[in-house]
Amino acid sequence: MSIIENHKTDGQPFSENPKLKARDVRVFYGEKQAIFDVSLDIGANEVIALIGPSGCGKSTFLRCLNRMNDTIDICRIEGEILLDDENIYAPKMDVVPLRARVGMVFQKPNPFPKSIYDNVAYGPRIHGLVHHRDELDEVVEKSLQRAGLWNEVKDRLHAPGTGLSGGQQQRLCIARTIAVDPEVILMDEPCSALDPIATAKIEELIDELRENYTIAIVTHSMQQAARVSQRTAYFHLGQLIEVNPTDLVFTTPEHTLTEAYITGRFG
Amino acid sequence: MTFSYLLLILAVFCIAAFLIGKGRARTMASTSTLSSLPSHYGSMLALWTCLPPLLLMLIWGLVDDPVIDSLVTANLPAAVVEHGSTAVQLAISKVHNLANGADLQDDPTLAPAVLHLVELQARNQLISSGVIIALALAGFALTLGRLVPQRNARNEVEGIIKGLLFASSGIAVLTTIGILSSVLFEAWQFFGKVNVFDFLFGTVWSPQVALRADQSGSSGSFGAIPLFTGTLLISVIAMAIAVPIGLMAAIYLSEYATPRIRNYAKPALEILAGIPTVVYGFFAALTVAPILRDAGAGIGLDVSSESAMAAGLVMGVMIIPFVSSLSDDVINSVPQSLRDGSYGLGATRSETIRQVVLPAALPGIVGAVMLAVSRAIGETMIVAMAAGLAANLTANPLESVTTVTVQIVTLLVGDQEFDSPKTLAAFALGLVLFLVTLCLNFVALKVVQKYREQYD
Ligand SMILES: Nc1ncnc2c1ncn2[C@@H]1O[C@H](COP(=O)(O)OP(=O)(O)OP(=O)(O)O)[C@@H](O)[C@H]1O
Ligand SMILES: [Mg+2]
Repeated sequence: MSIIENHKTDGQPFSENPKLKARDVRVFYGEKQAIFDVSLDIGANEVIALIGPSGCGKSTFLRCLNRMNDTIDICRIEGEILLDDENIYAPKMDVVPLRARVGMVFQKPNPFPKSIYDNVAYGPRIHGLVHHRDELDEVVEKSLQRAGLWNEVKDRLHAPGTGLSGGQQQRLCIARTIAVDPEVILMDEPCSALDPIATAKIEELIDELRENYTIAIVTHSMQQAARVSQRTAYFHLGQLIEVNPTDLVFTTPEHTLTEAYITGRFG
Repeated sequence: MTFSYLLLILAVFCIAAFLIGKGRARTMASTSTLSSLPSHYGSMLALWTCLPPLLLMLIWGLVDDPVIDSLVTANLPAAVVEHGSTAVQLAISKVHNLANGADLQDDPTLAPAVLHLVELQARNQLISSGVIIALALAGFALTLGRLVPQRNARNEVEGIIKGLLFASSGIAVLTTIGILSSVLFEAWQFFGKVNVFDFLFGTVWSPQVALRADQSGSSGSFGAIPLFTGTLLISVIAMAIAVPIGLMAAIYLSEYATPRIRNYAKPALEILAGIPTVVYGFFAALTVAPILRDAGAGIGLDVSSESAMAAGLVMGVMIIPFVSSLSDDVINSVPQSLRDGSYGLGATRSETIRQVVLPAALPGIVGAVMLAVSRAIGETMIVAMAAGLAANLTANPLESVTTVTVQIVTLLVGDQEFDSPKTLAAFALGLVLFLVTLCLNFVALKVVQKYREQYD
């Protein structure tokens, strides 16, 4: 089960209607290489699940997609990532609008030390998306509704966001991301800190969001990948081993490493 | 000498007691079940053997000298006693010197007293050693006699240790209470001589009092308002310098600086905190004040050569590292995940800092600023050297003013009668200073708490 040098990804890494295209992406933390020549398309309005053992580079790859790795000094990226055929690593690319187009939800809910309302209003405010208080109210309400949180918080919009439960906080973070109306949403283990009920709510939400957004989700739960995604990408030690429609990956995996992982022989 | 021998003996006792207790517990264990480990029994025996004698030693050490002195005093020659209490004190200290080996020929009249003292000291040593060792043995015997398996040595040892820790914290609290009550007592005496309202709301401060009845001069005026306004003025100037610069430096260091710059800049900034305040003081008086005066003259302003401005500016510089170092720490402790969340929404660095990092760090920053304020209020040296001693009631930072702490120093420097209003006024000022700092801390705590409740 060793890794083949210059492994070519098995399955169907490319898509007919790609929103994001990664080509030969290599990522280094200082001297250490964390991602090896990954090429992958993420199709418009699809949910793609990134799975693989801990430390295989899922988060690293995900963070490349909206240049969050820029905040890490020692991190260096080679290759191309194209959003609607525009290279996001091109020198003239401005990360501020990019991150508004490619939003991110993190593993641990991280609401700002502000009220629920201000948490959601944060993005629209900094991007100058709205001009009147009424519009802002509307955006906040709509985002909270889409994130399935509105009914639970509508009478305490001005209470601190940190006072919500873990699951509510995570939905607040999703609402916050939706509020800037992104095209792609990246989610890094969004349910790992949540109980099954909160998880179910978020999975339901992901399913609904698919209509309007392209979603890439990192998860350690095979069931979750099976429930929410159309395609699944399996990473192993920084290489992209296999990409296939989710039902295929979980029934007839092409690569022995994928099979070993999903049958629980390691990971 | 004997003291260290005694300690050594007690230490030996302690170890012996531990071993004996442990051994005894082991033998007991062979016939019945113990309620604790053998080492607990050992510790218990050791503690009961050594703690009471140690405590007694402490108390004995505190009271024996005064007792001996009073015995010696009682037997002083009548010729000495006639001259009053000061003469007696003098004689006693002379007796001590003589007993410690000074030449006896010096003062033959005191010879009997010296002999008396030496004899008393010897007897004291003998008795105290005897009593302490006896107490240790008694504690040992009593505890060993009742060393039975049912006795819960573990809980007992825990209890004793808890008591020891409680006593230590008690000492800290008691010291504070002691200082406070002494200040309170002296201040009370002061307010017996000077009306409280005259002190708190009077606008003239001139504490010169006639020392003797036949001396001419005023009876002194103790209106502390000029001191309060002076303190306030200088503190405000200092904070106006230190808070913005310190905070911005902290933000730069924690959010923008590369690790390399940070490694040099942070220690460099902290060196500012290590400069003695006297150095700041003469920098203020000899460099800053003349510059201010010349600059003022240039634009037609009359700047006094000792001005609140000079002292405040330099004090502000001195306080910068307090604000920056503490704020830097709290800003660094804001979790990276919050910053990531903000960057992930497309916020820029300064937006993230202003809207996410600073609000999250606010409680710590408030604490840092409050600390800096206390520091500014308490600072004495710079003010004494650069702002002068003149108690002017003014809001003009270009005039010379004085502060509460500086006045406390000037009141207590030099020969003073201890019960004159001039001296006692220092305690009253000290009390006010204490109360103000207390209020500041209280308010800071409340602010921080309120904020925590909201966002934790
Ligand atoms: N900031 C960093 N500095 C240095 N190395 C890093 C950094 N972040 C990640 N790495 C390294 O990159 C590799 C991939 O890490 P990454 O966080 O992407 O894994 P992951 O697949 O998300 O793991 P997990 O499932 O545990 O979250 C690991 O070997 C990790 O040690
Ligand atoms: Mg990860």
